[in-house]
Amino acid sequence: MNNPQLNSHGELQHLLTTEGLPARIMRDILDKAATFLDNTENKEIKKVPLLQGKSVFNVFFENSTRTRTTFEIAAKKLSADVVNLNIGQSSTSKGETLLDTVDNLCAMHADMFVVRHSTSGAAHLIAQHVAPEIHVINAGDGRHAHPTQALLDMYTIRHYKKEFHNLRVAIVGDVLHSRVARSQIHALTTLGVPEVRVVAPKTLLPSHVEKLGVQVYHDMQQGLKDVDVVMMLRLQNERMQGALLPSAQEYFKYYGLTQERLAVARPDAIVMHPGPMNRGVEIDSSVADGAQAVILPQVTFGIAVRMAVMATLAGSKQ
Amino acid sequence: MNIHIKNGRVIDPRNKLDAQQDIYIVERRIAALGQAPQGFVAEQVIDARGLIVMPGLVDLAARLREPGYEYKATLESEMSAAVAGGVTSLACPPDTDPPLDEPGLVEMLKYRARSLNQCRVFPVGALTYGLKGAELTEMIELTEAGCKAFSQADTPLTDTRVLMRAMQYAATFGYRVWLRPQDSFLAKNGVAHDGEVASRLGLPPIPVVAETIALNTALELARETGVALHICRISSAAGVAMVRAAKREGLNVTCDVSMNHVHLTEMDIGYFDSNCHLNPPLRSLRDKAALRAGLLDGTIDAICSNHSPVDEDAKQLPFAEAEAGATGLELLLPLVLKWAEQERVPLLDALGRITSHPAQLLGVKMGHLTVGAHADLCVFDPQAVWKVAPAALKSQGKNTPFNGYEMQGRVRYTLLDGQLVFQQ
Repeated sequence: MNNPQLNSHGELQHLLTTEGLPARIMRDILDKAATFLDNTENKEIKKVPLLQGKSVFNVFFENSTRTRTTFEIAAKKLSADVVNLNIGQSSTSKGETLLDTVDNLCAMHADMFVVRHSTSGAAHLIAQHVAPEIHVINAGDGRHAHPTQALLDMYTIRHYKKEFHNLRVAIVGDVLHSRVARSQIHALTTLGVPEVRVVAPKTLLPSHVEKLGVQVYHDMQQGLKDVDVVMMLRLQNERMQGALLPSAQEYFKYYGLTQERLAVARPDAIVMHPGPMNRGVEIDSSVADGAQAVILPQVTFGIAVRMAVMATLAGSKQ
Repeated sequence: MNIHIKNGRVIDPRNKLDAQQDIYIVERRIAALGQAPQGFVAEQVIDARGLIVMPGLVDLAARLREPGYEYKATLESEMSAAVAGGVTSLACPPDTDPPLDEPGLVEMLKYRARSLNQCRVFPVGALTYGLKGAELTEMIELTEAGCKAFSQADTPLTDTRVLMRAMQYAATFGYRVWLRPQDSFLAKNGVAHDGEVASRLGLPPIPVVAETIALNTALELARETGVALHICRISSAAGVAMVRAAKREGLNVTCDVSMNHVHLTEMDIGYFDSNCHLNPPLRSLRDKAALRAGLLDGTIDAICSNHSPVDEDAKQLPFAEAEAGATGLELLLPLVLKWAEQERVPLLDALGRITSHPAQLLGVKMGHLTVGAHADLCVFDPQAVWKVAPAALKSQGKNTPFNGYEMQGRVRYTLLDGQLVFQQ
């Protein structure tokens, strides 16, 4: 089966998932992102004309202010014209299908789509549908993938840890519903991290999760022992319904990241979170604001990484 | 009309016949095999040299979408698909709109089908009103109207007391109850087998226990009530093992599998191919192997197309939002031939799974070539190789996971009641 994200030259045509994304492309994106950040302490991002005259459409079928904003900033730093569409559920409730919406936007001469949708596979469907000169970036589809988040996480890890091949990484929380976790796992294993762990109660893990190449832990103490990187996941409040968890309090008691729990990790371990955080549910404020947290740098790196993804796509042969 | 089908290889599983023979049709019935009956004058001669002559196929599950879903398919389109696939008898599930829970609806469907004169339609009546799982339908009336069995189609009956009473009532009159086992709670919102692929793609899962729990309930109630139980579209290795044990125990239980599950697995979903969004879900490689083993040892009696035409728009959606189902009537024969070749099953046995076995399960007199039987026949070219192209399908549903697959075996003539209803 052809990799739907690569063109016939093996270059990135769409960014849909980190699964099957070659390591060389990931490294190129991370290297390119580094060129957008200056090396000073305040990590200023320069404006460059790489996407001058191009139109980037942020098409969000599911609301997200934060991700949309970072994509918007990234596109503007590349000098692209940006159009934001918060479609929410409204257009589908009016009877327009997803692909009709996409056709309409193509007719408005979009060069690149940044798509978020609540259903797994939506970005793949759109990528299969659009003309070959149009690029699609998956900004999150259902539980499936959120590749730019994973790439900015890889950037962050590389920034602080330099290498991937000697790391132990723990992903903690609601892996079952998390597109971020799936994309992180594929990115980490592709870049050569030898030990990726997931830590969660059984109700928050997909079946056969070990087949993704991870070790499964249900206990925080064991799961965090000697890790170099702790990647926390957001726990949605609605998980308390549907018999997945009894209460946020009980979850925090056993799976919340506190200073005490973090103490079993390596002393130089970093703590990451894709945001938005639920303080007191998955993470304690003292950790979120503590010395080991790199949560705010993640956001800055995220802009540079998204710029690198867009620049890479724009540079691929047709 | 008197028809002479000459030079063909005749395969009739019910009569264990596999021989080069001529067939003579007089007055809509099979008049003789081998030697022409006295005074026979052919009005039409079909030269079946190099072709196989078999009973018309009997399909246990083909949705025609009438009444209620004519935008997906019509009787006209689907019956022409049936005969193009050599299918001359089919059972249609009751999940129409309204469901087949009233004798009038069943009579109307039978009447419409008869007037089209393409393929015999045997409705499966709703087990409960509106398939709602609360009140029993008038099974005697429905049977008189033409229903051959009673089922809930894909709507699970969650109230076990209602299910038990429905079985008791059906058993009283010797009616067969058909159930597709799926626990509605465990399968809620699910769209794919709870396995590696669904976990990777982030698709809401349907675990195997959804099948085995419902199957256990159905088997226990069958044991209790003595009803003749038919399990539809079994999908898992664990489910096959349960049916095997039940049969060994002597329960009156039979079982079918869809051709999709004989050939495909969760892996075929690939990158969210909505053509592989099916009910029940495609399961693991291990499950597929167990289904094939179940066919070989007779645990699974019949193979059906599970023909469920879906309109194009309903498939042009992200996997989970796309409607489940695929067209199948025109692919049943070549897919059974493919299975037979892969598993080295003799044609006499393989073709029995789509003729005599399903006819027996349905309680109809079709599916064989005994002298005196209705002349429902399928004549196909076992060597013809063709590629599945959606646009070339007669069915209004163009979606199939086998799109682009190469098939071997193509129907050349279909006869219904001694009349040529399809040829190519």
